[in-house]
Amino acid sequence: MTTTDSATIVMDLDRAWDLHPQVSVRPEPFGALLYHFGTRKLSFLKDRRLLAVVQALAYAPTARAACLAAGLGDNELPRYGRALAVLVQSSMVVGRTP
Amino acid sequence: MSQLHATSPVPATEIQDEENPDEQSLIEADDLIEEVSIDGMCGVY
Amino acid sequence: MTAPTAPPLVDLFERGLDAPICLTWELTYACNLACAHCLSSSGRRDPRELSTAEAKAVIDELEAMQVFYVNIGGGEPTVRADFWELLDYATAHHVGVKFSTNGVRITPDAAARLASNDYVDVQISLDGATADVNDAVRGAGSYATALRALENLAAAGMRNFKISVVCTRHNIPQLDDFKALADRFGAQLRLTRLRPSGRGADVWDELHPTAAQQRELYDWLLAHGENVLTGDSFFHLSAYGEALPGLNLCGAGRVVCLIDPVGDVYACPFAIHDEFLAGNVREADGFSGVWRDSELFRRLRTPQHGGACASCAFYDTCKGGCMAAKFFTGLPLDGPDPECVQGYGEQLLARRGDGTRVPKPSGDHSRRSRTTVDLVLTRREAVEQRVRPPVSDCAEHPLAGLDLTPTGKDTAHA
Repeated sequence: MTTTDSATIVMDLDRAWDLHPQVSVRPEPFGALLYHFGTRKLSFLKDRRLLAVVQALAYAPTARAACLAAGLGDNELPRYGRALAVLVQSSMVVGRTP
Repeated sequence: MSQLHATSPVPATEIQDEENPDEQSLIEADDLIEEVSIDGMCGVY
Repeated sequence: MTAPTAPPLVDLFERGLDAPICLTWELTYACNLACAHCLSSSGRRDPRELSTAEAKAVIDELEAMQVFYVNIGGGEPTVRADFWELLDYATAHHVGVKFSTNGVRITPDAAARLASNDYVDVQISLDGATADVNDAVRGAGSYATALRALENLAAAGMRNFKISVVCTRHNIPQLDDFKALADRFGAQLRLTRLRPSGRGADVWDELHPTAAQQRELYDWLLAHGENVLTGDSFFHLSAYGEALPGLNLCGAGRVVCLIDPVGDVYACPFAIHDEFLAGNVREADGFSGVWRDSELFRRLRTPQHGGACASCAFYDTCKGGCMAAKFFTGLPLDGPDPECVQGYGEQLLARRGDGTRVPKPSGDHSRRSRTTVDLVLTRREAVEQRVRPPVSDCAEHPLAGLDLTPTGKDTAHA
């Protein structure tokens, strides 16, 4: 993840990521609930493909690869990348050293 | 697990799209994700 | 080109989920206090309380359903002899716990034990920033008990413990003082709504905030409430304008519910009445069967239409307010909340006759004499050496099953 200035955070799609070990994932018809047992934060994923991306992160070499594996098109990467950045911001998703 | 250098929290709507800055105002990440505290549910002590 | 957008959360939840996100679990109706506004009319232990084994079976179900968090209360949950055992069992089984207590058993040892468990949160109940305001509602000595607990938690290095306040006519002038008190102990402040539930119905008229005070509270939360929790209990105030943080919807039967000390499952802890009773965990399919298949919850999960509120411009934000508040003030459920910020609830209440009978809670575990029970704490090793007599099924005393001995002085206890 790179920072440009103090107000903008851009998701680095070309590195490896993973779910934080204290996060519990509960799939739902509309997407999923994510609960972080450490921060007590709850995230609602309102999209099943975003759930697929999140679940693929641990096994894919990069976030970009996880997105493509989940069936996203190139033009959808910015939107899903921003959603992933929100999860990184709240420590639900963390960097992984492969 | 490598360290993240996150800066101060920023609302999702302010996250900018480097690749397509013109489309930024039309595409919101909020529609994919919503965050609430576990205390944010009515009907609980 | 605009990207497709997902529906707002409120729409997704109106039809309910396969499991609650979190829920309230009242472990016992026993309590050493006799607060005037107790939502569960607690005081006397109910002899039909779930056993330790039954409680663990509930926890097993919550784990299987991936319920993330359980809010344990009562009565006073720490008076159950197996409280610590159940706490540890829950956190060892992927169920986060927050428990609500008046602080009576939060000794330095208890505080140290809590501080060492990352999956437990503690909430100390306090309804006045000063002893006079607090004790008028919660009983003589309760302020001192709460502050002692806060001191012990702070000294033990406990993090993120909360002071939870029920907002009343008498403590709304103390909002700044509550914040200062929380800051003094490094605690997080939580402000919640008084409902006319349990004994709350008896004191509702004199205790509930005035319309002006509601506005004051709302303004204060917007200005100072960044780190203040509310349990989403003021979603009816979103009709003033900007919504407060939270889901802003009634979660009863949709994302939350109550399990009471005898295993009854209600839509929410403010609605302990047969009208909102969904079933019992002792039934064949346990808690999950009740959550998924009960007739009441199915009904709550069908989209609600505004009824008398449908033509109001603010219905979409306030959703008609709190079901329990309407029910226990005798107002129709498809109409305005008694504290509707537009005043429609007040109008309805004023128009009907004084003789209107309002529903009473289904159970009343209040102690007859409504006095505070003196708890004398004993040393752990003294207790463990004794053989505990079996608890009679008929035992109603709030301390039944709890072995306490005066440590030396001749101290009387109830």
